[in-house]
Amino acid sequence: MPDNSAITSNVAHEEHPAYLRHHFSSAEQQADAAGFAMWLFLLTEVMFFGGLFTAYLVYRNWYYPAFVAGSHQLSVVWGTTNTAVLIFSSFTMAMGVWCAQTRRRRGLVLSLALTFFLGLVFLGIKTIEYREKIEKHHVPGFHYSLQSFLDPQSNPEVYAEYHDKPLVPDMARHTELYFSLYFLMTGMHALHMIIGIGILGFMILRARTGAYTAGHETFVVNFGLYWHFIDIVWIYLFALLYLISRH
Amino acid sequence: MNEHTIVNLPDQATARIPKDNYITRENGLLSWLLTSDHKRIAILYLISLSFFFFIGGALAGLIRLELLTPQTDLMATDTYNKVFTMHGVIMIFFFLVPSVPATLGNFFIPMMIGAKDLALPRINLLSWYLYMAGGLLALYTMAVGGVDTGWTFTTPLSTHYVNTNVLTTGLAVFVAGFSSILTGLNFIVTIHKMRAPGMTWFRLPLFIWAHYAASILMVLATPVVAIAIVLIALERTLGIGVFDPTKGGDPLLFQHLFWFYSHPAVYIMILPGMGVISEVISTFSRKRVFGYTAVAFSSVAIAVFGFFVWAHHMFIMGISNYAVLVFSLLTMLVAVPSAIKIFNWTFTLYKGSITFETPMIYAFGFLGLFTIGGMTGVFLGSSGTDIHLTETYFIVAHFHFVMVGGMLMAFLAGIHFWWPKMTGRMYPEKLSQMAAVITFVGFNLTFFPQFILGMLGMPRRYASYPPEFQILNVFSTAGATILGVGYLLPVLYLVWSLRYGAIAGDNPWQATGLEWQTQSPPLTENFTEMPVMDHEAYDYEWLEKQKKEKGVDSAG
Amino acid sequence: MSGHNEDTRHIVGPGVYLVILFALLLGTALTVWASYIDLGLWNPVIALAIATTKAVLVVLFFMHVWYSSKLTKLTIFSGIFMFLVLISMTLTDYISRAWGSW
Repeated sequence: MPDNSAITSNVAHEEHPAYLRHHFSSAEQQADAAGFAMWLFLLTEVMFFGGLFTAYLVYRNWYYPAFVAGSHQLSVVWGTTNTAVLIFSSFTMAMGVWCAQTRRRRGLVLSLALTFFLGLVFLGIKTIEYREKIEKHHVPGFHYSLQSFLDPQSNPEVYAEYHDKPLVPDMARHTELYFSLYFLMTGMHALHMIIGIGILGFMILRARTGAYTAGHETFVVNFGLYWHFIDIVWIYLFALLYLISRH
Repeated sequence: MNEHTIVNLPDQATARIPKDNYITRENGLLSWLLTSDHKRIAILYLISLSFFFFIGGALAGLIRLELLTPQTDLMATDTYNKVFTMHGVIMIFFFLVPSVPATLGNFFIPMMIGAKDLALPRINLLSWYLYMAGGLLALYTMAVGGVDTGWTFTTPLSTHYVNTNVLTTGLAVFVAGFSSILTGLNFIVTIHKMRAPGMTWFRLPLFIWAHYAASILMVLATPVVAIAIVLIALERTLGIGVFDPTKGGDPLLFQHLFWFYSHPAVYIMILPGMGVISEVISTFSRKRVFGYTAVAFSSVAIAVFGFFVWAHHMFIMGISNYAVLVFSLLTMLVAVPSAIKIFNWTFTLYKGSITFETPMIYAFGFLGLFTIGGMTGVFLGSSGTDIHLTETYFIVAHFHFVMVGGMLMAFLAGIHFWWPKMTGRMYPEKLSQMAAVITFVGFNLTFFPQFILGMLGMPRRYASYPPEFQILNVFSTAGATILGVGYLLPVLYLVWSLRYGAIAGDNPWQATGLEWQTQSPPLTENFTEMPVMDHEAYDYEWLEKQKKEKGVDSAG
Repeated sequence: MSGHNEDTRHIVGPGVYLVILFALLLGTALTVWASYIDLGLWNPVIALAIATTKAVLVVLFFMHVWYSSKLTKLTIFSGIFMFLVLISMTLTDYISRAWGSW
């Protein structure tokens, strides 16, 4: 990540801006290198999540009925809402980058604040969803209960929508694997969101002082890449975890 | 010039170490611990790597000591399991993977491309701290009882059947993995974005190409083993069932994720060493590396193909026969670029002016031992023979030939080659040549018998064995003792040379490469003005012209 | 030398972002709607196709890759490629296990 010292003075420093680190020969080279480094970091994130997606695909293939039943336990309303929330937050983040590049300090602060807020909304909805899972004993390793799957009618709201047939006990056991992957993948995603929101908070404070609207917006641009990446991960998680089979 | 050596030192009566260099520029412990200078970070790594190497080596000594006799008489079987596990974990993750990249790569990549530092100097320092954190965690694990699953953490043993310190070891490896990822990321950005004017891709030293290829592997493969470790941790603590057959999970899934990294990891380990060999062989035959383009592309080819072959570590584990077929075929492919390099180095030697300074002795050792190791890899990649040879001492011999006979020799070649540049001092030549030969002899005595043991059927990871295998094991242990002497000597004379070694001057080997056109030890900023690259790599004619134009090329 | 970060030259405006925003929301609605229709084997294919289209839009326009250097595009491609190698080659094992021991 490049240095981001606040540019509070307009005095030229040895013919180059204060934020230019000495091992770079130009600000352009520094910004270039920082952007490239960020993309490489995102590659590592792709491969990190890749292991989880591999596990997911293997077990969905093996235990499809259990995955369908498990997916029916998730609320498509909350999931879709969260998807929309993240898409909006990507929009506000992109607008933030535009504001930084066109030196609109207040616009930048507003965009970042909106992104921050939407991120919190996302986490809030996830908390609601997680709490519901805890109440229904669908958390692997913590008194996991097969009842919803052996006897679907014990879950009236879900049964009314999907009329699931009861699973045989062997297949019902595999719903625990579905929920393991659900918590693992959304949990890993949420962890990345939390880190992102934390950095957003820091950025809002710095943006208010004009740190990013004086020609050095690299930090905002690169953070934007991270934020959009998290959005993309969620796009796939939504499709794979929530929409397995709703007919 | 003495016809038996190309060493060209300045007049020792008047030569001095340059007063201003990266070592003397700042003083105090904090100036080292909080440095962003890639050269100082390289030295930090060198010291810590050496420390971990000797711990791993001590563990190896314990293994060989136990295997002197067929019975389990030196330690309990469980203890033996812990010893070989920690030996593997420390040697692989805390020595081999970072060895050349973190020391020689860190020190010389910026200098070779004409840059002042790596692209992300503070990330570089973070890499070292992550490495130290992981390493200290590994030591802590040893102190509280170690782990006995083998460095491969094979499931379901590691998740369900042991109650040793799998989690702390996993955490240590996880943290060290991020050190590796950041180093690779740094190198890729640096090589792409910070080359000096005129330094086109095909003028880069092959050392750079090798590190570039290894860095791609570090960045793309390491995260997968990270997630595999996370999954093991969750399986052990929460019983999520992802690797548990009783819950519908598949233990082989872990192995797929683990080996997806661990196979490219062996190329992460060897490629930088191959980079060193290119530099050393060229310098000590006074000849451009034969087939520069082929060597450069074969480095990248090894990196790419290395991603497609991981399941050859799983042939007997229960994957489908069709997968065995596919992965075995692909494994044959990956041997080709490595062989291309060996051929090219050999052709470099042909009609060169060869001299046998210490780095070159290590390089010759590399050529022979890596070839044997590589060829035995082909036996193992062929699934029919692998069924008989896998999990025997044949595998142990194979990977020690490539890793110790290959990689460790390349590391030592590199340390000796660049020691004068890093420290400004030369080490005692006769003693170092002797140490290199001792290492070579000791290595062969230690590991060649293990090929035979493997073919005869002695299993690996066993503390006891049938008595008819004892004589070969005794040879192996005897060799290990000699090997230990061979590795101890460099520590002693290199440290000695820091104070008493001859002053080396800028370019004692008369090598090409931008790093040799600067003072020894280099300035903190490497170059006083940005160099412009106007000649090809390994251009010895250019070097001759420089000498004629500038007179004596070694400064005092 | 290698390509430059386009951000110093191309500034992507709100107009583009708004179009992409609506496209993404539309895609989301579409994928939810499609999941309620029984299309057999095609359900997951369509869901992934829509998800990938959305992801591509985010990458190209929100992340500015449409305006970026060849190096950036190559980097992304290599990441996606390796991701696909991991998944597909692992799956070759799982898919072929039931085929029997010839």
